[in-house]
Amino acid sequence: MNSKDNTAKVIGRRDFLKSAGLSALTLGLAAGCSGAATTSSAVTSGTEGGMTYRTNPGNGDKVSILGYGCMRWPMTRNQDGKDVVDQDAVNRLVDYAIEHGVNYFDTAPVYLQGQSEKATAVALARHPRESYFIATKLSNFSNWTRENSMLMYRKSFENLQTDYIDYYLLHSIGGGGIKHFNERYVDNGMLDFLMEERKKGKIRNLGFSFHGNKECFDYMMGLHETVHWDFVQIQLNYVDWRHATGNNTDAEYLYSELHKRGIPSVIMEPLLGGRLSKVPDHVAETLKTRNPGESVASWAFRFAGTYPDVLCVLSGMTYMEHLQDNLKTYSPLRLLDEQELEFLEETAQLMMKYPTIPCNDCKYCMPCPYGIDIPAILLHYNKCVNEGNVVRAASDENYRKSRKAFLVGYDRAVEKLRQADHCIGCNTCVSHCPQNIKIPMELQRINAYVEHLKQDNLE
Amino acid sequence: MLRKIRIVLAAICFLCITLLFMDVTGALHPIFGWLARLQFLPALLAMNVGIVALLIVLTLLFGRVYCSVICPMGVFQDIISWFRGKLKKKNRYRFSYSPARNWVRYAFLAAFIIALIAGIHVFVAILAPYSAYGRIAGTLFALVYQAFNNLFAFVAEHYESYSFYSRDIWFKGLSTVIVSVVTLIVFFIFAWKKGRMYCNTVCPVGTLLGLVSRFSVFVPVIDTDKCRNCGLCSRRCKSSCINMKEHTIDYSRCVACMDCIDACSEGAISYRFRYGRSKSRESSTEPQNQGRRMFIASTVMATAAATVKAQEMKVDGGLAKIQKKEIPQRRAPLKPAGSMSIRNFEQHCTACQLCVSACPNGVLRPSVSLLTLMQPEMSFERGFCRPECTTCSDICPAGAIVAVSKEEKSSIQIGHAEVTYDNCLAYSDGVKCGNCARHCPTGAISMVYKNPEDKNSARIPVVNEEHCIGCGACEYLCPSRPFSAITVHGHEVHKTI
Repeated sequence: MNSKDNTAKVIGRRDFLKSAGLSALTLGLAAGCSGAATTSSAVTSGTEGGMTYRTNPGNGDKVSILGYGCMRWPMTRNQDGKDVVDQDAVNRLVDYAIEHGVNYFDTAPVYLQGQSEKATAVALARHPRESYFIATKLSNFSNWTRENSMLMYRKSFENLQTDYIDYYLLHSIGGGGIKHFNERYVDNGMLDFLMEERKKGKIRNLGFSFHGNKECFDYMMGLHETVHWDFVQIQLNYVDWRHATGNNTDAEYLYSELHKRGIPSVIMEPLLGGRLSKVPDHVAETLKTRNPGESVASWAFRFAGTYPDVLCVLSGMTYMEHLQDNLKTYSPLRLLDEQELEFLEETAQLMMKYPTIPCNDCKYCMPCPYGIDIPAILLHYNKCVNEGNVVRAASDENYRKSRKAFLVGYDRAVEKLRQADHCIGCNTCVSHCPQNIKIPMELQRINAYVEHLKQDNLE
Repeated sequence: MLRKIRIVLAAICFLCITLLFMDVTGALHPIFGWLARLQFLPALLAMNVGIVALLIVLTLLFGRVYCSVICPMGVFQDIISWFRGKLKKKNRYRFSYSPARNWVRYAFLAAFIIALIAGIHVFVAILAPYSAYGRIAGTLFALVYQAFNNLFAFVAEHYESYSFYSRDIWFKGLSTVIVSVVTLIVFFIFAWKKGRMYCNTVCPVGTLLGLVSRFSVFVPVIDTDKCRNCGLCSRRCKSSCINMKEHTIDYSRCVACMDCIDACSEGAISYRFRYGRSKSRESSTEPQNQGRRMFIASTVMATAAATVKAQEMKVDGGLAKIQKKEIPQRRAPLKPAGSMSIRNFEQHCTACQLCVSACPNGVLRPSVSLLTLMQPEMSFERGFCRPECTTCSDICPAGAIVAVSKEEKSSIQIGHAEVTYDNCLAYSDGVKCGNCARHCPTGAISMVYKNPEDKNSARIPVVNEEHCIGCGACEYLCPSRPFSAITVHGHEVHKTI
């Protein structure tokens, strides 16, 4: 019971008693869960250096529960006015993460306008190759010929400066359904090829990331017997657990299907692209009341980590504060108890009442051919919803203040020529959105609201 | 004491009117707007009889205090002149009496009146003192002010405050900037060297008021009993109107600044009742060129740098480059609702740029055409004339844009839109668009089948010119670049629909 002793050193006696009780509870829960697992990826509460590690049942990899998502590296402007990755900042973040036990880095050829793989590799190259795991993906969204897919696969090795990839994923299965999956990976023979590569040791674990419906997921699970998925990356958080939106499937279902087959899962969107850290003010209050010393985000991370088959939880940490906060949450992870899980389910239901748009700022929709800054518009709208600055009528008590906050904030968040009124509804973006948001419709709805505010005639 | 009062009043007027020109938020317009209306020439052009009469009575009573207190250009020259005096005390006494150059000033006045009647607006705009100052403040000083505003906005954003918001800084018209710079330099030299020489030889308002002030009731008078002929007053007089030899003052040139009263160590000059006991464009050429059309999807993405040529992929994020819109040729210029007609507008406007600097939608900018140089006109590259905004009509001091209410504005037709189908994405590329129709505030645009027989054919915009008010929403929001596929043409005479 190392963890108990550790905590005892830093906290007072009364807290000690409380947390001891908690750990007892959480351990009970964990034990219950792993007991039910057919093949268990048992929690190894390795607290060496603080970080909690999970063991991959397939090959024994000890993976840090906190994985670094490399799609949100800090950006900066170069002399030509182009947005480029701020390599110095990335190096600092990676060094700090590795120093504190993070060993899983998840990137993709398409992230950050194609800059992520290289930037991540540059930072990682300063550490021994065996000290971390690299995950990348086959993102053949726009051109899935065998030739182009092969090029993309080979390019990843070049970009990442490595001979083998630890975790390789078929990127974003589910959009376009089973048919599109077959087009992208089966008909062109890429799946067979990648399985060969796994045999050769070029790929250590083969899996896929998923944003889609039940039917498609069942189909993918059906392939497990022939393909043998080493892991699957799913969207899991306390809202999506039972209240998935759009085309997505409840995480509870996805997780239980994987659990049945003993496939470890990697978690993406534990924070719903920040929507579970930037929650409506009074939701934040309830979370803080329950756990004053912990960040709002920590609840979401503990939730994702509480499920024992979870190998690691990805977080795209742009800022050092986020990294530090997540390290604090996971070093070591305190599993949620039944009561806390129930509390989060209540919170999820509360969140559902806020009409935010389920945008996770993944930027897959971008660039919009007409120059519109889609995620910035949606995020601004969500921000205003959460802060109570989206009003129903001019007679609302805070109408004046909210109007100003919405309009001034809108011009700040989005350049005039990139605002929603310029959307012509070409629908190019719709098929790219993993959350299945009807983007043009939402943009037009937001613009109608903006017009009402500007004309001051909100009924 | 009188001099101090004059300075305080002048400072207040000057500061407020300068702020009026620089204000980007529109908050000051209702508070200080009357100061612009108090200006002589705009009031005259606006046929604002009350104000013109008030100013004439004021001059008849107290002399040309208008020039010393109300006219921002006069005060501005005083500031420059005062600044030189600050450098060296000797400089304060650098002036000397000179006889009035009457034929010059009457020639200017005559030319000005002829220009006004004949509609040579450039000449009027350049000479009019208030407008000249407005241009300097509105185009040059405002840059500094806006830079500060944006700095505040930047800080405010950091603290999640919405008190300040940033505004685009852009040069609205090169010719106006050039004219402003030249005006600034000329006035600087005039004031630096000769004090109020401009006001007494060139300025038509000064000359006109001078005709009145000859007969002013209250004037500074030299008491020959007390005068020791030291000449300090004469050397201090920036209007060069104190004749020491004769002990007379040319009241047509005196701007009632009271400097002489202060300068006289003997108290020989006093400001008092005088009549007591006395001791002393054309055809529309459609944008012909196909290649001018914008192309959006195919334009270079700002971002593709890191991608490898051989490998084709859609990357996440980044913003497509937006090509700038060009100003289209309009059959007639667009003037804001409230102008009534282009002719009315041109006759009244003194090109002071108050509306240009106040327009919150980036629609108004000074004209570059020679005949109406610097008079504002509308274009829709940065925004459109929003239905809820009546800023320009609220502040125009010259009656070029008379006040209209929001409701009135929504039915005033200042022009109408026409579609250039060659540029229209829906027409020529079959793109599902309809953005013009979606944003038309009067519902004047509808989308119809390109081929009425074929219900699967593309839907293209048509404009009902009877309902179009010419606000430019369609032109601004048209995705075709650099030339919009829909262009608003002005109307000679505005009408209510």
